[in-house]
Amino acid sequence: MSTLQSPKTITFISRSTPYGSGRAKACLDMVLSAAAFEQKINLVFMDDGVWQLQAAQKPKSIDAKDLSAALSALPLFDVNNIFAESKSLSARDLDPASLAIGVKACSAEAIAVLIRESDVVYQL
Amino acid sequence: MKLTVLVHSAPYSSEAAYSAYRFTSSALAAGHEIYRLFFYYDGVHNSNASSTPPQDEFDLVKAWSELIKTHKLDAISCVSSALRRGVLDPQEATRYEKEAASMGAQFVLSGLGQLVDANTNSDRVMSFGA
Repeated sequence: MSTLQSPKTITFISRSTPYGSGRAKACLDMVLSAAAFEQKINLVFMDDGVWQLQAAQKPKSIDAKDLSAALSALPLFDVNNIFAESKSLSARDLDPASLAIGVKACSAEAIAVLIRESDVVYQL
Repeated sequence: MKLTVLVHSAPYSSEAAYSAYRFTSSALAAGHEIYRLFFYYDGVHNSNASSTPPQDEFDLVKAWSELIKTHKLDAISCVSSALRRGVLDPQEATRYEKEAASMGAQFVLSGLGQLVDANTNSDRVMSFGA
């Protein structure tokens, strides 16, 4: 593998429910590996992806690992730019103040700016 | 331009994997460099050599394999995605005591670090099927 001298700004847009498919976990794995290589990361939850932020998930009852527990590890990987799109939250009656992890609620316009300022954008 | 192609979708389930193949072929024909092919999530099924479509249908796994061989491309299937989906190379099949190793010989199992490296060293990363 070549050296990684110049970190890139990577924005991940996570748009899927936590347990309905493997996409949410696949997106989080991408985030964590990029973080391990010290890239500049923005993580955005929007559309059904905001369900990943629901507090007090009990996925054990469907034999799944708790994805929100993994999300709470993000600051340990220096992933601190975590956003949730406001309309996606309000449409699902999710209160930004009582989510599983702390996120910055932001507008679609603000996400558009993040995308413009990124070197690479992934959505899952 | 130096390009990386990221494939999230399985052959035949959607058009995305075939579009990724067409894109890669066209980019090479136009003189671009493919830095890496990275198969992630359901995309790892593109590296399953056991895929056997009817004879009158396009064989995408075979087509990828020939393209990779001809152009000596770096083709990686994400190891954690692949093992979950039963796409194993002989080494992993032995390690986990599985009956079959179905991954095509042109593909290599490796981790997401290879995608981060591709981000850094490519001009563009093109995602298909996400």
